[in-house]
Amino acid sequence: MDAFLHQVLAGLATGGIYASLALALVMIYQATHLVNFAQGEMAMFSTYIAWSLINAGMPYWPAFLLTVAISFLLGVIIERVVIRPVENAPVLGVVTVFIALLVILNSVTGWIYTYTIKSFPSPFPKEMALGRFMSPHELGAIGVTLLVLAALYAFFRFTPLGLAMRAAAQNPVSSRLVGIRVGWMLALGWGLAAAVGAVAGMMVAPIVYLDPNMMGGILLYAFAAALVGGIDSPMGAVIGGFVVGVLENVLGAFVIGNELKLSVALVLIIGVLLVKPSGFFGKVHVSRV
Amino acid sequence: MILEARNLHAGYGQTRVLHGMDFAIEKGSITALLGANGAGKTTTLRSLCAMVRTQGEISFDGRRIEGMATEDIVRLGVAHVPDGRGTFLNLTTEENLRLGAYSRRDRRAVEPDLERVFGYFPRLRERRTQQAGTLSGGEQQMLAVSRALMLAPKLMLLDEPSFGLAPLLVRELFSILRDIREREGVSMMLVEQNAAMALDLADHAYLIETGRIVLSGTADALKKNDSVRKAYLGY
Repeated sequence: MDAFLHQVLAGLATGGIYASLALALVMIYQATHLVNFAQGEMAMFSTYIAWSLINAGMPYWPAFLLTVAISFLLGVIIERVVIRPVENAPVLGVVTVFIALLVILNSVTGWIYTYTIKSFPSPFPKEMALGRFMSPHELGAIGVTLLVLAALYAFFRFTPLGLAMRAAAQNPVSSRLVGIRVGWMLALGWGLAAAVGAVAGMMVAPIVYLDPNMMGGILLYAFAAALVGGIDSPMGAVIGGFVVGVLENVLGAFVIGNELKLSVALVLIIGVLLVKPSGFFGKVHVSRV
Repeated sequence: MILEARNLHAGYGQTRVLHGMDFAIEKGSITALLGANGAGKTTTLRSLCAMVRTQGEISFDGRRIEGMATEDIVRLGVAHVPDGRGTFLNLTTEENLRLGAYSRRDRRAVEPDLERVFGYFPRLRERRTQQAGTLSGGEQQMLAVSRALMLAPKLMLLDEPSFGLAPLLVRELFSILRDIREREGVSMMLVEQNAAMALDLADHAYLIETGRIVLSGTADALKKNDSVRKAYLGY
């Protein structure tokens, strides 16, 4: 029973990280109706920025905050420079740009930092009372994730800017007619998604270690989470993240073994697409032909 | 004059829709734009806030606005009640209204204005927390007018506010528009198929055919004009 509880709790910890990344995917999806395949690599690159700052002697939390800020800016710049020019391009063109971004970020990181695996520090203490069920880092990661999610929720729900961003995503024409600068709202959305991804990267790096390919598997889980929840539902993505995290851990430990863990994500993706394509919290889209 | 347009051309892609229109809207007045389907009424309104490719001169409140972005024209105080109502379907009624005030600097006036708008349209207060997509067509039309009012605009561009409304509701809406003009001194440009109602409300009117102005004058003069009467008023 203890072992089971341990796996569930550890699953919640990684689930929070999937939830953050899934939320970043959903944020971009709502604005562009496209899935940003480079979201994981953007988070990975951010984590390397944090690693550089910490290695240069900066204390963890200032480095953490600075990384989030830099990532936000990078997200805005990527939207302005790379995505804006293909705004009206066919879907396949944009997807190609996303994949190019993925490959470029991966290679550039490898070029700057080499592909050698590095360890990444955790800001949380090594030992603590609850240690029987959960490592302090896992508990801390859940805490940080929940904080980020709550802050995002408050931002989108209660601030005029958050409201404007939601409006711009769902009805650009009407948004312009009330004076919203829709282009900047999209750029802000990319910035926020990049910032959330950066937090996810920094929280997962102490567990999976730092290397340019660290986010490959995690992005897959995040896709699964976003699809389980419904790709157009932020709340669904978050719940999906925790569900996928727990399923992955429990199935990996007791049913299929650790080697086949990643297939849980793939089975979930295919299963959801076959059985309930809109996810459990998403809207069903009907189009007349 | 709150707005003057000179030699206004506009179109979509290769198709030209407006062919050199000249018109003006007097400050504090309601100007009606009449014409058959496809005459270019909606395009005229769109060209005023840069929603279509436009050539010509447009000055608003003493400032030239052609070539400005839609957002910036809106920020000067031009509120557009668009064709099809432009509701933010997934947001609540109140969020729709707050978005109307998004670009205003005087944030403190937003709460009283919300109350004022609910005063004009009490039905919207009842629907305050309801998702706007679930409102009826008439309620969404009221919401569109209210959202425009939340900008505290100098000029309202109304694109067929009577579309799809029951006759009783149309009368109610038009009397509210009259109230709004009187109490707040908002100038309006009204595009309408319902020429009789529009001419009753308006001070001035323009009649357009295939992207050109063919007749203009006071609303009363147009009401008495024989060709308008036969073609648009139907008696």
